[in-house]
Amino acid sequence: MKKTPVISGYCSIRSGKVVVDGKVLFEASSGSFSDFVAAIYRQFTISYPKFHKMDNLGKLGFLTAELLLKERKISERYSGDQTGVILMNSASSLDTDRRHQETIKNRGEYFPSPAVFVYTLPNVLIGEICIRHKFSGEGNFFVMEKFNPSFTTNYISQLFYSNIVECCITGWVEIDGSNFESVLFLVENNEGTETGIVNFEAAAIESIYNTK
Amino acid sequence: MRNVCIHADNIITPLGFTTSENAAAMLEGKSGIRLITDDKISPLPFYASLIDTESLDKRFSAVGEPGKYSRFEKMAILSIKETVDSTLIDLTGSRTLFILSTTKGNIDLLENKSTDKRLYLWNTARLLQSRFNFMNEPLVISDACISGVQAIITGARLIRAGIYDNCVINGTDIISEFVLSGFNSFKSLSTGPCRPFDKTRDGLSLGEGSGTIILSSCPEPAGNDKILVSDGFSSNDANHISGPSRTGEGLLIAISRVLQKISGPIDFISAHGTATPYNDEMESVALSRAGLQDVPVNSFKGYWGHTLGAAGVIESIMSIYSIRNDILFNTLGFNEPGVTNPLNIVNVSAKKRINNCLKMASGFGGCNAAVLFYRK
Repeated sequence: MKKTPVISGYCSIRSGKVVVDGKVLFEASSGSFSDFVAAIYRQFTISYPKFHKMDNLGKLGFLTAELLLKERKISERYSGDQTGVILMNSASSLDTDRRHQETIKNRGEYFPSPAVFVYTLPNVLIGEICIRHKFSGEGNFFVMEKFNPSFTTNYISQLFYSNIVECCITGWVEIDGSNFESVLFLVENNEGTETGIVNFEAAAIESIYNTK
Repeated sequence: MRNVCIHADNIITPLGFTTSENAAAMLEGKSGIRLITDDKISPLPFYASLIDTESLDKRFSAVGEPGKYSRFEKMAILSIKETVDSTLIDLTGSRTLFILSTTKGNIDLLENKSTDKRLYLWNTARLLQSRFNFMNEPLVISDACISGVQAIITGARLIRAGIYDNCVINGTDIISEFVLSGFNSFKSLSTGPCRPFDKTRDGLSLGEGSGTIILSSCPEPAGNDKILVSDGFSSNDANHISGPSRTGEGLLIAISRVLQKISGPIDFISAHGTATPYNDEMESVALSRAGLQDVPVNSFKGYWGHTLGAAGVIESIMSIYSIRNDILFNTLGFNEPGVTNPLNIVNVSAKKRINNCLKMASGFGGCNAAVLFYRK
């Protein structure tokens, strides 16, 4: 029988707010992207030295996953290889691509750096989340113009139906110029989770995504 | 569950503009890797496998005006066109999905304009979609060096699940100053043509390429001439973002999941085999742990370098060619074993009955993927 996956939690970081399961947990009045993520890091007393080496896409996605998974104890329910991370965005790693390009733009100041270049691949964010939470299941990074709820639920539900994942972190992590937005969902098999939570369906994730 | 089979394919590298041109050059032992002096790409000479711009434009002028398209677009359009033209299936309907596998797309355009719309990978995919009248919104997969294998795995899954009947998958990447300077800063480039699994290997050679493969659901029973695609899997090392795991754990998980689904022996393995000291070592550990150390294994990187987002597509196509034509290709550049766990490296091209091939790939971000192609 097909197991219907459910949304057991979600977290968004955008428009100056951190929202977890519909509750605003943190709000910043104004400031740059780096001020905002630094404030979130302090506010939630996160201690993870590797965070400071990450690029902007990495920091945004890492913090969203961190706050999404806080106190969910998913490692007690699933092994690392049962947990997948499937992310999407529109600008890929363009934010860091521009930074790398700056380092090679003239031969007089030619200083390409591996610490920047490694982040010119969007799926490195998946690696960061996997390292932090010891996830070793499916990983995939899709690039699309806009968040596509029906593709997301169609594709990820298949991973559940074929027992490729038992748990999946999925959603949209985007940064492009001064615009950024991150919305991640924790999706699990309905066995073992409480009742009354929302089925993982396109309309449900679309509604959460659109509630800013 | 439906079977997924291979319908048509094309490879564009410096060795040729079709799969068979590439295969013929490879059997002659030719490589596309040479010493390049091009100040637009690098202040110092470097070894890489680059497509000749004049030949590309000449070929392209039969289908469009070369000046109107980027290098990336010209390669992808030529490859998709040759593939689509060789099949009778109508690919313009709602049951076909176009998937683009690339790491950097039109990244060479970043140099002139950092906000160019053509830098957006989904936009590049849209251009290709409209060029070939594919109906659905295309999908872009960008998973570093496993992108191509992941695109095939993902396409096969979508077909198996009945969401689509056909997937046209193109993998393309170009070599620009952007990419070369980055790999150079990692000190991962070879001082000569790359030498996969060899004792003296000292890094990878970058390469340009475009490959296209059409996957389709195939009716039961599949004809004897069909090559099928198994369930494939990816797995993360959860260890390091730029260094492969020493234990090969992630790759082992991906391989083991493929092996669990099949019975009988593996005839041939197409490794990632970039020729960096760490990658090839990691693959040898994973293959030994999977009990596959005696299976003939090769790397195609010596022929056309590491083609990044195209690699998984091109190398899968050549692995499928191996099955169809019962040919094992030599690991060009390999001479003396140089990994801790001994492997059965193919060191001369030869005729051999091959019923299946395990294709694997690993990349930055700690990602790994494996899939099996097999004869029915």
